Amino acid sequence: MKMNGGQALIKALEMQAVEVVFGLPGGAILPVYDPLIDSPIRHVLVRHEQGAGHMAEGYAHATGRPGVAMVTSGPAATNVVTPLCDAYMDSVPLVCITGQVPTAAIGTDAFQECDTVGITRSVTKHNELVTEASQIPLAIRQAFHLATTGRPGPVLVDIPKDIVDPANPRSAMEWYWPTDEEVAASLPGYRPQVEGDPALVAAAAELLCAAERPVLYIGGGILKARAAEALRALAEMTGIPVVTTLMARGAFPDDHPLCLGMPGMHGNYTAITAMQEADLLVALGSRFDDRVTGKLDGFAPDARIVHVDIDPAELHKVRRADVAIAGDCRIVIEALVAAVAAKGGSAAQADRSTWKQRISGWQERFPLTYEQLDPGEGHVKPQFVLERLRDLSPSDTIVASGVGQHQMWTSQFWRFNHPYTWVNSGGLGTMGFSIPAAIGAKAGRPDRTVWAVDGDGCFQMTAQELVTASAERIPIKVALLNNAYLGMVRQWQEMFYEERYSEVYLSPDLPDYVKWAEAMGCVAMRVESTDEVDAAIEKANAINDRPVVIEFRTDSREKVFPMVPAGKSNSDVMVDPTQAADLDRARGGR
Amino acid sequence: MARPVSYHTLVMLVENKPGVLARVAGLFARRGFNIHSLAVAPTENPALSRITVVADTESTPVDQMVKQVDKLINVVRIDELAPEDAVEQELLMATVRAGAGDRSQILELCQIFGARVLNTGSTEIMVRLAGSPGKLDDFEDLLRPFGIVAIQRTGTVALPRLERSAATPR
Ligand SMILES: Cc1ncc(C[n+]2csc(CCOP(=O)(O)OP(=O)(O)O)c2C)c(N)n1
Ligand SMILES: [Mg+2]
Repeated sequence: MKMNGGQALIKALEMQAVEVVFGLPGGAILPVYDPLIDSPIRHVLVRHEQGAGHMAEGYAHATGRPGVAMVTSGPAATNVVTPLCDAYMDSVPLVCITGQVPTAAIGTDAFQECDTVGITRSVTKHNELVTEASQIPLAIRQAFHLATTGRPGPVLVDIPKDIVDPANPRSAMEWYWPTDEEVAASLPGYRPQVEGDPALVAAAAELLCAAERPVLYIGGGILKARAAEALRALAEMTGIPVVTTLMARGAFPDDHPLCLGMPGMHGNYTAITAMQEADLLVALGSRFDDRVTGKLDGFAPDARIVHVDIDPAELHKVRRADVAIAGDCRIVIEALVAAVAAKGGSAAQADRSTWKQRISGWQERFPLTYEQLDPGEGHVKPQFVLERLRDLSPSDTIVASGVGQHQMWTSQFWRFNHPYTWVNSGGLGTMGFSIPAAIGAKAGRPDRTVWAVDGDGCFQMTAQELVTASAERIPIKVALLNNAYLGMVRQWQEMFYEERYSEVYLSPDLPDYVKWAEAMGCVAMRVESTDEVDAAIEKANAINDRPVVIEFRTDSREKVFPMVPAGKSNSDVMVDPTQAADLDRARGGR
Repeated sequence: MARPVSYHTLVMLVENKPGVLARVAGLFARRGFNIHSLAVAPTENPALSRITVVADTESTPVDQMVKQVDKLINVVRIDELAPEDAVEQELLMATVRAGAGDRSQILELCQIFGARVLNTGSTEIMVRLAGSPGKLDDFEDLLRPFGIVAIQRTGTVALPRLERSAATPR
């Protein structure tokens, strides 16, 4: 079948079962937007290309399918660099299509030319400049294959205008759709290893059964590998407690008796301390990130390590593993379950009664906590907002967050009981992530309630995408925790810079968030005291035909605890001031 | 140029496509891996090129370098050779000042090292030596007192040392 490269590109996306593309057209990509009119693929017109990238990420987080963003050349391509890097850090499957100036103009500093492939090389799993129309279907097939297999990640395909423009003879081509074998043969250097080495699995099973103080240290790889069920089987068979990192919230239910919650810089005391005191850490799809380990040479000093990851380069990268298994987490965990079962399953486990007692002792003594305000005070505690939001929303609500204090409180105070309900920028820590990511998640899961929890600083970075949400009828809800500060930075300045506040004040009412949200087509509410919280949330949850923004005026003095100060060991974790004296006593006694 | 205290030779087979060298070099730069020398050439298969990197393994474990490079989609294969497992070769070209009094001494040096004279001018002489990087270092040191006008070295290429077990038929 004869067609032009632009038609082939859209047809290739249809063949990949793409249901939605997030994007914004411009000169170089124009010819691709024409055949899009006749395609069943939904296009969501963003207001800034960064939004397109984060929407594609949110879509991928919530659905497990690759998100697709399409933008033009030059400034549009540079605008997607941040989400590409974000997706790279968090292993999010993404396909990004960028327009490029015509082949003959490449390298001449033509209008809106930039070296997109060069600029994005270090923030993509792979990228490619396509030079012939006939290569477009294969390039798209490869992009989806690379984005979704092995360790997932963003893949960029750069398309010069001449090969998609029907006015140019270079765009003429004969349609063909490469087979799986052809795709594999076209990528001779790409063979992700999915099966774990059985001898190593057996060695790991041995360590698991024998450990007296083990912890399952779960990272985002479990979600990427769709291994939540396998993980649950492993945890329940062995009775080993589980911590879920910021990227893994929801991979194991918070309500499960074995769940200790989040470890790391703002993790809870029990999760942090259990890892510190463990004699075995079973790292599954996690990567010993510095936000989890704290000061590395003080991290989990007595622990042996079993490490499972699809990316062999993660094994031994930060911490040497005793047993390192390259492979897909779901497949390896299933093999591990079988190996443990063969040794006798739960009956083969070492006696861990003392370990369990110590853990429940920590849980009782140092739970997450905060001090509630008197109802009359003219502010709301951010943690209280999150508790109410959690309790008044359906349990399978999808929550996206920005980056800052509000992100940590969301991760701490939400109860994640379902996988794929937490959408978050962990590795890059991108302010402005939540609103577009929530829009992408809602586009992929229209059946779910989707809340974005945002900070006032973050909101001002990407709020314009609420126009997109209104125009496209993607009714997300935004809980804006307005503490009038770049709160997380303020917290560091208060604690580590002698309260010398430098460029962190934002003002509570400039801008007027309610007017702004209304101008963008949202229902908007302002909540200024504790007793107004429930009614506002209930009202927001009842609205389903447009986006809603609730601005909560929160207490700007509030800090996130526990906290492991940067560069300190996890053993030096600071708890909420109301628990500090008790912790001192506990430390004195150890 | 002296080699790093600890180094490995990484031999990569890569797809012969635009930008592949930039991907490899960019990876080394971004991850803070140090390249001591680099050689790139086509192979017997026109679809593939070979990149040989002598990498400083002082600050980064070689295993981490190999795995990160292997993640590049266009790298088809990577082999890592420890110095004791590698036969390493390099090419040196140098133009040396060679006044009437020095010329015979330089030629003598060339003879000892097995270097060839490529070109002769009235006051300078151009020589070439292929061999192990250490041998090239020695030759370079001994040429220096005469006055090196220009020197170029290609960077090392290497192949694995062959096994010599008793069972191997001759
Ligand atoms: C794009 C970007 N710029 C700067 C930072 C550094 N940073 C981390 S948290 C934070 C403050 C965020 O403020 P806000 O959105 O109001 O959240 P809060 O901490 O007050 O809850 C800043 C500036 C960042 N993470 N991302
Ligand atoms: Mg704030």
